[in-house]
Amino acid sequence: MNTNLLFDFTVDKITKTVFIDREFAAELSLVWDAFTKPEILDQWVAPKPWRSKTKYMNFKVGGRRFYAMVSPEGLERWSIQEYTSITPKTNFKMYNTFADKDENPELPGSEWEYNFSEQNGITKVSIIIKNESLDRLEKMIEMGFVEGFKMSINNLDNLLTTLSNN
Amino acid sequence: MRRDVFQAIADPTRRAIITLIALQSMTPNALAEHFDTTRQAVSKHLRILTECEIVKQEHQGREIYYKLEIEKMKEIDKWLNQFRKIWEIQFNQLDTVLSTIKKNKK
Repeated sequence: MNTNLLFDFTVDKITKTVFIDREFAAELSLVWDAFTKPEILDQWVAPKPWRSKTKYMNFKVGGRRFYAMVSPEGLERWSIQEYTSITPKTNFKMYNTFADKDENPELPGSEWEYNFSEQNGITKVSIIIKNESLDRLEKMIEMGFVEGFKMSINNLDNLLTTLSNN
Repeated sequence: MRRDVFQAIADPTRRAIITLIALQSMTPNALAEHFDTTRQAVSKHLRILTECEIVKQEHQGREIYYKLEIEKMKEIDKWLNQFRKIWEIQFNQLDTVLSTIKKNKK
């Protein structure tokens, strides 16, 4: 289903910058919503069996999304995303930090920039992450995502089989 | 604060030091000759690199040589591959969400 869609992931280790490009088989406004509306975000940002829980999200400059990744055992890992710039359906930027359940950030965080463009019904999303640290990456992996990967790949395979049989 | 590998490579002088000692182990004095900065400044960078476990000290007679820890550099790649994997899975999940929304709209 998605094998023809672009997925680039490169890292400039020297400047601690991560570049991610991905195409989606949907129109721009839908993809924009999927990245900026909590009810859609919560459906996909957590690698299964983890799930995403947004406590609140105020998508405007200076606003925040305060959310948790919740493990199957109920363990919660909180994060804050603070929006620093928004150009609707084109670009937004945010500052991302891990946090405790009382919304106290664990500094330093990293700077994220998202760019959206559409061509022939395919929407490309380019993400630039600055100042991502190995510590932060380690933390994400500690969250048990590694095990989750295997499960979600299986889930996805099953889902794709179901969809293509219909 | 714990040091990480990215901190080691975040500074231009430290990147130059890594490049130099990747070729051969060197003493702080020999390293300092390659830079306009003071010997103290070079020592400070070497201390940070040591704390990041990117370089290791080796005593040869009265001299201390600094040598690159190749395995530590490889660690960066290992972590990054796992990070890439996380994104891949998230995006596959998003593909499913998008196709579901598109279907429901019709």
